[in-house]
Amino acid sequence: MTELGLTPFLILAAFLFCCGVFCLATKRHAVGLLMGVELILNAANVNLVAAARYLPELRLEGQVFALMVVVLAAAEAAVALAIFLNFYNNHGSADVESAKELKG
Amino acid sequence: MNLAVVLFAAVAAVTATGAVGVAASRSMVRAGVWLLFTLVGVAGLYFLLGAEFLGAAQLIIYVGGTLVLVVFGVMITNQGPFAVLATKRIEWVIGGVLAAGLFALLMKASLDLAAPPPTAESPSPTLSELGTSFLGVEQGGKSYLLPFEIVSVHLLVVLVAAAYLARAKKKVDGLPRPGGEPAETTLPSGSRQTDPVQEARP
Repeated sequence: MTELGLTPFLILAAFLFCCGVFCLATKRHAVGLLMGVELILNAANVNLVAAARYLPELRLEGQVFALMVVVLAAAEAAVALAIFLNFYNNHGSADVESAKELKG
Repeated sequence: MNLAVVLFAAVAAVTATGAVGVAASRSMVRAGVWLLFTLVGVAGLYFLLGAEFLGAAQLIIYVGGTLVLVVFGVMITNQGPFAVLATKRIEWVIGGVLAAGLFALLMKASLDLAAPPPTAESPSPTLSELGTSFLGVEQGGKSYLLPFEIVSVHLLVVLVAAAYLARAKKKVDGLPRPGGEPAETTLPSGSRQTDPVQEARP
């Protein structure tokens, strides 16, 4: 791990983040949006762990907060899927375009 | 060209390919499979970065838990075996421009960041160091007992909330039916409120 700096990890994380944003912008299936969010959270986690590796002052914090993010992402996935199931039961479709009750 | 660079290139290629596949595939099942590659790739990155516990946790929680949850969600909410929800072309264009612009911005920021010298590597925290810092033992003046407790309580709340949201219930809702009266949800007066789970059974 001597030739590899922090930058390749940051660029890879940026790429993952942008794929997640693209996913959020284009998917219409509710579970697709969830996948986009997972990509974004993973990108943030890669950044945190890379910082923990390469910045001595973040040696412990990076991994600690990455673990927090993993736990929160799992919790978020569970609640989001419960909401999507309710949504599917009420609308007969998982298309987020049909969620229009709250439109003004 | 040493082993670390080659390994990083391989793992990064798997991860990035999976991410592109998730973003580009129209079928949700395929997107789920691509997501599997991405998550395993990210776990490989953690191993490369010397965070073994985090890599194992990623494999167990994400690949073993969240991904199974996502696949079940896809299976329950799919209308047909190969049903796809088509996206308008303009949305692909807008999303692509947005993602490309964001990537350019983040790329510039990462390249501008003063990369620390690679020799300044510090040993990765060991598992016992991580665990004791979560339990409130100070590691260099820092302990993470409060975040740990908050996350624990949060998990309990989420467990209860997800079970409440996804429980089986009678299909009555207060939403106005198209061209009809709002659905009546009143119970007969005097009747005891019964368990919603029992009500759902016919």
